[in-house]
Formats: sequence, structure tokens, C-alpha cells
Amino acid sequence: MALYSETVMDHFRNPRNVGVIENADGVGQVGNAKCGDIMKIYLKVEDETIKDVKFETFGCGSAIASSSMATEMIKGKTVDEALTLTNKAVAQALEGLPPHKMHCSVLAEEAIKAAVEDYRNRKTGMK
Amino acid sequence: MNIYADHAATTKMSRRAIEVMLPYMDQIYGNPSSLHSYGQRGAEALQNAREQMAKGLGCSPREITFVSGGSEADNQAVLSAARIGERKGKKHIVSTAFEHHAVLHTLDALKKQGFDITLLDVGEKGLVTPEQVEAALRPDTCLVTVMYANNEIGTILPIAGIGQVCRRAGVIFHTDAVQAAGHLPINVERDNIDLLSLSAHKFHGPKGIGVLYARKGIPLENLIYGGAQERGKRGGTENIPAIMGMAAAFSESQEKMEEKARKVTALRDRLIEGLSRIPHAVLNGDRESRLPGNVNFSFEGIEGESLLLLLDDKGICASSGSACTSGSLDPSHVLLAIGRPHELAHGSLRLTLDEENTEEEVDYMIRTVGEVVEYLRSISPLWRDLQSGKLPFMTKEA
Repeated sequence: MALYSETVMDHFRNPRNVGVIENADGVGQVGNAKCGDIMKIYLKVEDETIKDVKFETFGCGSAIASSSMATEMIKGKTVDEALTLTNKAVAQALEGLPPHKMHCSVLAEEAIKAAVEDYRNRKTGMK
Repeated sequence: MNIYADHAATTKMSRRAIEVMLPYMDQIYGNPSSLHSYGQRGAEALQNAREQMAKGLGCSPREITFVSGGSEADNQAVLSAARIGERKGKKHIVSTAFEHHAVLHTLDALKKQGFDITLLDVGEKGLVTPEQVEAALRPDTCLVTVMYANNEIGTILPIAGIGQVCRRAGVIFHTDAVQAAGHLPINVERDNIDLLSLSAHKFHGPKGIGVLYARKGIPLENLIYGGAQERGKRGGTENIPAIMGMAAAFSESQEKMEEKARKVTALRDRLIEGLSRIPHAVLNGDRESRLPGNVNFSFEGIEGESLLLLLDDKGICASSGSACTSGSLDPSHVLLAIGRPHELAHGSLRLTLDEENTEEEVDYMIRTVGEVVEYLRSISPLWRDLQSGKLPFMTKEA
């Protein structure tokens, strides 16, 4: 099927970092069931560095692939670096997405931002 | 295993139809409008095909117009009836909410031209009754257009009853029979059908060819102006090979109809039975009044496009009504019309069978769909929320 690039299909078929982190330090969920896609990202953070990241996604092939790629891209990075990840970078790493699927990469960017925000809120709450 | 289970999208051409077409490409290739013998042989072939199609529909050959397919036939039928109505000051049309877009979008265009359109509610089962149609008729109704069978959920509509209501009221009745032709019996005379659309590639004929049947006395409006072909109602040199292939495939489908329906219905029922055992799956469309080959389910907590891609990896060709596969932001208008919430419409799967499918394939599909649904649910945050009780289930457990 030529709808998606080989990289998209690879990340869709063998998604990296799929799953849940119990006692995560930050969790972000974006999208809604009505629109047909939900992304949920779990972060484990130590010394401001993302030690582990997992995701769960309800959505189309490119939504799953975008989650997989985005989590790969922020793993081992600092939370500040994770916040600089753009949807374009995710789409580029996937060797492109069809125009009507670009919103999947936007969701991935937003899910990561939401997870980092949750992490920061929890941290300030703890102080 | 490689399984083609998308016969409502299109079918493989029959051997017989291919054989019939071949000589019309390099031997009998004359233009039917030409006076010479080559042309006349083409004209004879055209006449034979017209007679074959007429016989299968129960009408006269003069009432058959060859067009490029279902969409063109639907457009021409609806627009022609609208113009007839307009001339009499009648600008109200009755249809249903789950027609094919070839009808719905034509109605949208007419709406912009001042027509008033009533789209009947098809209820949870995806059916309309003749009584519903009758109640919607007004003195200014010029057309009722209701499909014979729905392309997504396979429900069969009571065409004969609707035809009767329309005939009594003196209103033109069009039916989009694209999914029904070649699979269900059609008799335009008996069923009081005034206009009917069909498309060859849905019954093992070639793509790009179809028929618009128009009862004598109903003047057609041109979509394509040109020569005198099709009594001047459809310009352009006739696609003789395709027309011959369509006629052959149509005759073949008439001969095999009963036997095939029996076989395919048994496969369909086995597949429905098997997929019903998947937790939180719901059948879309009526269980009884249903095309022999149509199976359509929604699975809670997953999205259809990812389901299709994984099934394709496992050799199963299917389709879905999810937004991601429809090319728009909204999921299937048919599933929304039967009241499925967006969440369930996104998680839909259509498998459409034909006589070449086997029990072994059906069992493989039951197993494989079950596995893929389970996997996608295991990575779905929506499924997690449903299971934990954070969100309520919309479907029964099994």
C-alpha cells in the first residue's frame, strides 16, 4: 500500500515504546474518541531527563506511527529538549505523512507537551 | 492466505465477460454510428446488449441508456426528474439519509437551486417503510429516490412497496440499484420503478460502464451533449467492449443468482456468527433484510484504518467507515444515519463476500479479526478507559 512511507509502516507494525508506565512522573492525553484519535504519553523523569517513555494510542496507522516515532525522539532527552520537538520533525523522521494525516504528528507533539506539563505541575505541587 | 472480502467496492471480472469482450477490441471494432459493415456489426452488438439488459430488468430495450457507471446514472436520473418537476412547479424531493453520495451530492446541488429535500430517517436498522415515504409526499413532490440496497451496511429496502406508493401518487420513483443489480431480482414493471441505476463492475462486469433505465415517457436531461448516441441523451462513441462485457456478466449473474445467494448467505451468516463472539462488537444493519454478502461490524475502542492495515498485512482485503478511510473528518454518513455514535462509526469494518470465498477463509477471518481487534485494544487508551469503567461501554459484552 503506497498510502504511507516504509518508515510509517514500520513504526505502525512494530511500534516502539508502546505500553503504560505505572507511577509515571507525567501523563499527557490529547485528542478525543469522537474525532477518532486519542494519544496518551507516560513519562518517567529523573534529574530532568526522560528515562523512560511509553504511549497508548487509539487511532489510525499514522497516529500509531507518530506516537511511536515521537516517543523514540524524546527518550533520553531532557524535558526542555522534549518541549522543542515539533510535529514537522516527527513527520520528517517518518519520511513524510500524507497531507490529511499531518494532524497525527500534531497530536504527538501536543501529547508530549501535555505530559511534560503534567510532570511540571506535579513537581511544583510537591514543593 | 489472500482473501478478497471487498466485493461491495468492486468485483473480479468473470471469465465469460472477458471472453465476450475480446473480439470487440480488435475484430468487431467499428463505430456503431458508421454506415459501413464494420460499423453495422458494432451497432448490432450494441442492440443485442441492450436487449439482454432489458430482459434482465423487465423493460423494453428503448428504455436502456448506457452510461459510464452508477454515479453518472444517479446524477442523470435525479437531475432529469428534478427538471421535469421544475417545469410543473414541483420542487420537492424525498430521499433517505443513507443514499450513496452520487445521489446525496446531486441533491445538495439541487438544494442550492431552490429544491426542497426531505431525507427520511432510516432508523437503527437502516430501513425505510413505504408508509414513511407516503407520509413524506407533498403536492409538490417531483421525485422519490431510495436505494435498493445499501452499499455499506447491506440493508435491502422495500422497493416494490415504495414503487407502489409513488405510482399511486403519480410521483417519479428512482432507485439506485448499484449494490442490488446482479445479486437480487429486479423487475421494473412489477416494482413500479421509473428510473434505475446500475453499474457493471459490482457484478463481475468491467469498470466504467453502467445503465440508466428510464421508463418510456420520462425525458432524460443530458449530462453530456454530443452526437445521436443513446437517442441523443448521452453523447460519445459507445464503449462497445465494456457494454458487451456488462451484458454478459449481467446474464450470467441472473442465471446464477439463486444458487449463489444461497451459498454466499451461508458464508455471511457464519461470519456474522463468528464475529459476534468478539466482546463489544455490534452488527451494523438489519440482520434479516440484508444483501447475501454483506457483513458490517463496529468494534468498540479501536479505529478502523489501523484495523484495515493490519488485516491487509494478514492477507485480508476489507473496508471501513472510519473518518481516516473516508478522506473526510467525519466517519461514514451511513453509520451516523443509523444512529451509531462517532466512536463506533470510527471502529467499523465491512467485509463483503462473494461465491469465490470459502468457509476456510471465513474461519480465518473470524480468527484474524479477533486477534487484530484484541491487539489494537491492548494499545488503546480508549479501551483502557472503557474497561476501567472511566467511560461507559456503548455496546454489549458479546
